[in-house]
Amino acid sequence: MRVGFFLREALRAMRRNAAPSFAALATVLVTMLVLGVFIPIVQATKGAANSVRGRVLVDVYMRTTATSADETRVQKELLAVPHVRSVEFVSKQTAYEQQSKQDPQAYQLLGTNPLPDTFHVVPDNPANVLSIRAALTPPSSGGGTIDPAIQSVSNHKDDTRKILEVTNLVTITAAALTVLLTLASVLLIANTIRLSLYARRREVEVMKLVGATDWFIRWPFVIEGTIVGAAGALMAIAVLGVTKVALLDPLANNWTLIAAPRTIAFTALVVVLLGAGVMVSALGSGLSLRRFLRV
Amino acid sequence: MIEFRGVSKHYGAGDVGLDQATFSVSREEFVFLVGATGSGKSTVMRLLIKELEPSSGTIRVAGRDLADITRKRVPFYRRNVGVVFQDFKLLPNRTVYDNVAYALQVTGGTRKEIRHKVPDILRLTGLSTKLHNYPDQLSGGEQQRVSIARAFVNHPPLLLADEPTGNLDPETSIDIMRLLYRINRTGTTILVATHDQAMVDKMRRRVLELSHGQIVRDEAAGLYARDETTREFAQRMRSPSIRPPGL
Ligand SMILES: Nc1ncnc2c1ncn2[C@@H]1O[C@H](COP(=O)(O)OP(=O)(O)OP(=O)(O)O)[C@@H](O)[C@H]1O
Ligand SMILES: [Mg+2]
Repeated sequence: MRVGFFLREALRAMRRNAAPSFAALATVLVTMLVLGVFIPIVQATKGAANSVRGRVLVDVYMRTTATSADETRVQKELLAVPHVRSVEFVSKQTAYEQQSKQDPQAYQLLGTNPLPDTFHVVPDNPANVLSIRAALTPPSSGGGTIDPAIQSVSNHKDDTRKILEVTNLVTITAAALTVLLTLASVLLIANTIRLSLYARRREVEVMKLVGATDWFIRWPFVIEGTIVGAAGALMAIAVLGVTKVALLDPLANNWTLIAAPRTIAFTALVVVLLGAGVMVSALGSGLSLRRFLRV
Repeated sequence: MIEFRGVSKHYGAGDVGLDQATFSVSREEFVFLVGATGSGKSTVMRLLIKELEPSSGTIRVAGRDLADITRKRVPFYRRNVGVVFQDFKLLPNRTVYDNVAYALQVTGGTRKEIRHKVPDILRLTGLSTKLHNYPDQLSGGEQQRVSIARAFVNHPPLLLADEPTGNLDPETSIDIMRLLYRINRTGTTILVATHDQAMVDKMRRRVLELSHGQIVRDEAAGLYARDETTREFAQRMRSPSIRPPGL
């Protein structure tokens, strides 16, 4: 009975105050649309940055004279270095096959295989690449490496540093933008709700004067906020869904570029938007009312 | 029922709403509160429902010090005090019926109770034909009657009426006063603030007069006709007023 009453009260308020309710709904719709476009972009950017960082490795080239016993020993030594997550061995044959596939003519001309056996050393975190390199080429060895069977350790110090810096910057910027945009959305929705409540503050005052408790007044407002938030978010989701199916999916099929970066799944996006829309709108209504309940 | 002891209310900027007012009203009494505009009548009403807090002094209602009622308990206290507001204070988004029903809904009244009580009180106040009108579709006098209906639908033990006849023609005013009189006879204590001197004279009830926030007259009218029936009362009210000399 109570729930039914509060629900009817909420619907009555929306019917009788159509303009402010519509304004709140439009605000939720627009902010959720912006978030709905922005979140996948940020996710894709972060995904791209991470995949670039994931390619940051240390290559360890073996001497051509190295035996398989040497290789086993070196592999163990490499795994013992701090911050090494894994070590991948690429034999000279495998490397040759891979490379000659990419550039058959050049390798045909060469005739022999100039490539050494190689270890790809994968760091636990791309940021640790430089410290791994330093550990493999200690200054005490006088320009040498930790094992005589190692010919050399790849040296892309500057490139690595640049990649790390740029991807760091991209990730941080994306995170900051997400925070700012979320904040802006919350403030915008809360403000619209505040305005619509302000127009009804006399009504709230009268309710209190005839003996209504705070929660008796508040529930219909919270329910109204939930309905408005859910409706706005659902409309935004519908628009985004249509756009995705009609525009993005055909593009992604034709251009690998768009398909490539990993981004947030559409269902996850739906959940996030719906949750955010309802939460902000319902909480905003409930909290903004406090001021007017002090009668 | 009501006890004011040295109650003052100072609004900001030096406005005095009430100045050291001391008076009491017993259970089942019918009291008029008169005084020039700005003398503090509405201030008394607003203090009585804890819409305002007194600057000093104590107010007791039914033996209870209003200062002791916590913010949380205030709604429950207010349900025992019916108020006819000077500015009606109707809910603009509700019909006449729903405005009156709201006073029952806040107390958790059942649907059955509402369907039973609301039409009754609306008939009594002569609003049966306006059930589904919104306040902005009513005349001032009609809105006032809705306010009265809402104040009394709960049958509160104390009824405060701030200018309940301010917007009504003499004939309707008499009807309203008759209604209040009848309510009073059922045992409800009534405090009526008014400017209507003729009405006060005819009713012959106790009169409290305020001037600049001070109680300047407290007169238990000599011709206190407690045992009149409502019909006799109405007849007397309709007869041409005979003003005692000196008033
Ligand atoms: N909210 C307020 N802020 C400042 N002053 C106020 C406020 N409310 C009332 N007053 C002042 O308090 C005094 C008493 O006001 P009150 O409303 O009690 O008068 P009243 O007797 O009801 O007048 P009326 O017959 O016109 O309704 C007036 O001088 C008024 O200006
Ligand atoms: Mg007044």
